[in-house]
Amino acid sequence: MPTPVVVESGEIHEIHTDADVVRVRQAARTLALSAKLSLVDQTKLVTAASELARNTLVYGGGGRATVEVVRLGPRRGVRAVFVDEGPGIPDLDLALTDGWTSGSGMGLGLSGARRLVDEFEVSTDVGTGTTVSVVKWTR
Amino acid sequence: MADAAVDKGWATLLRRNGDEVVARWSEAAAQSLEGRMTRAELERDVREMYDALVAGVGEGDRHTLADASFAELRALLADVSHTRARQGFSSTETAVGVFALKEAMLGVLEEHGDLAAYRSFADFSRLIDELGLYMLEVYAQAREAVIGEQADALLELSTPVVKLWDGIISLPLVGTLDSARTQVVMEKLLQALVDTGSEHAIIDITGVPAVDTQVAQHLLKTVQAARLLGAECIISGIRPQIAQTVVALGIEFGDISTKASLSEALLAALRKQGTDVVRRTGRRDR
Ligand SMILES: Nc1ncnc2c1ncn2[C@@H]1O[C@H](COP(=O)(O)OP(=O)(O)O)[C@@H](O)[C@H]1O
Ligand SMILES: [Mg+2]
Repeated sequence: MPTPVVVESGEIHEIHTDADVVRVRQAARTLALSAKLSLVDQTKLVTAASELARNTLVYGGGGRATVEVVRLGPRRGVRAVFVDEGPGIPDLDLALTDGWTSGSGMGLGLSGARRLVDEFEVSTDVGTGTTVSVVKWTR
Repeated sequence: MADAAVDKGWATLLRRNGDEVVARWSEAAAQSLEGRMTRAELERDVREMYDALVAGVGEGDRHTLADASFAELRALLADVSHTRARQGFSSTETAVGVFALKEAMLGVLEEHGDLAAYRSFADFSRLIDELGLYMLEVYAQAREAVIGEQADALLELSTPVVKLWDGIISLPLVGTLDSARTQVVMEKLLQALVDTGSEHAIIDITGVPAVDTQVAQHLLKTVQAARLLGAECIISGIRPQIAQTVVALGIEFGDISTKASLSEALLAALRKQGTDVVRRTGRRDR
């Protein structure tokens, strides 16, 4: 059943360079402020967005992020969706294991981002790409 | 091979009327470059380009800038474009210098040209377009290099390593830490440790809005590298929201010492160094 989420405003950012990752992070902060997330929650969302945008760049070979202010009944939040048409993630459980990396990172981006947000969804297909969607709600 | 008719074309005209071409060329170029450079400078540039062009033009009127005989001209054009880019000329101001030669040649044609020369003007025009495009290409590369250097300079500027005490340096990190910047910052810190012979470094992250795994990884690597140099790092300025986020991410700073503020970090470093800090009791000075 689809959730009746209302999108109040949003931005789309292409992710092809390091500078784009910074832009996505800034967009996440701006929208987190306008959704009135607490300082801690802003920081958590921005950090999760940073991790996921970097994965889109590094592992997905680039893609795009949609960052939106959303409302569900009385609650507002920020949703960030990261889409790439990269190689996909062959073993999602493994990728979500703390400390596991196929590259030279800390292996805490995906699993850590999941802990930083309220909703976390990954859909991935080998050879097709990866979409990661996260939401942080106001308390 | 050039036949006699073609040989009466633009190349001959250019060669025979050197002084007039240079004068008209300088005149035409000056109209767009007025005030950007002196007339003497402009005429010198034009004369050099004229000489290199004539030297490269062999028999006939069909030439392309890729011809081996134009090596000197290419080098000269690249040189001029580089200089213009560094002096802050626009791309138009850079290329207009050679395009002005077309106008100059039209004037010379009217005075001295015959049918053959007119017929070959299209060939001439094509070659000059090539020269102009080549200049624009070099110009664009040079501008990019200039911009890159400016970005590097900014990077350097925004990462001051400060000596706080004998043997204690500090690096206040401010703003967004992207990969390139973090790299530069950390290298600077290590270099400063070596240069000053310091045994303590305080990395203050009060001004950093978010610490993600990449920033954390750079920090951890720096601390490890500093240890290899015989120095200890303290990370200070970890604000509550950063602390909570770092913990939720699952990052462990292990045995690295962290302090809430720069002053606490300094005090800790002084103690480790064996410097006593005592508060005087009794009458305060102020
Ligand atoms: N968008 C993506 N496309 C393909 N693989 C990905 C993507 N995001 C993450 N991964 C895989 O998941 C692993 C774990 O990601 P993460 O937890 O962010 O750690 P790290 O970035 O340090 O490798 C990565 O090493 C990579 O193999
Ligand atoms: Mg990652």
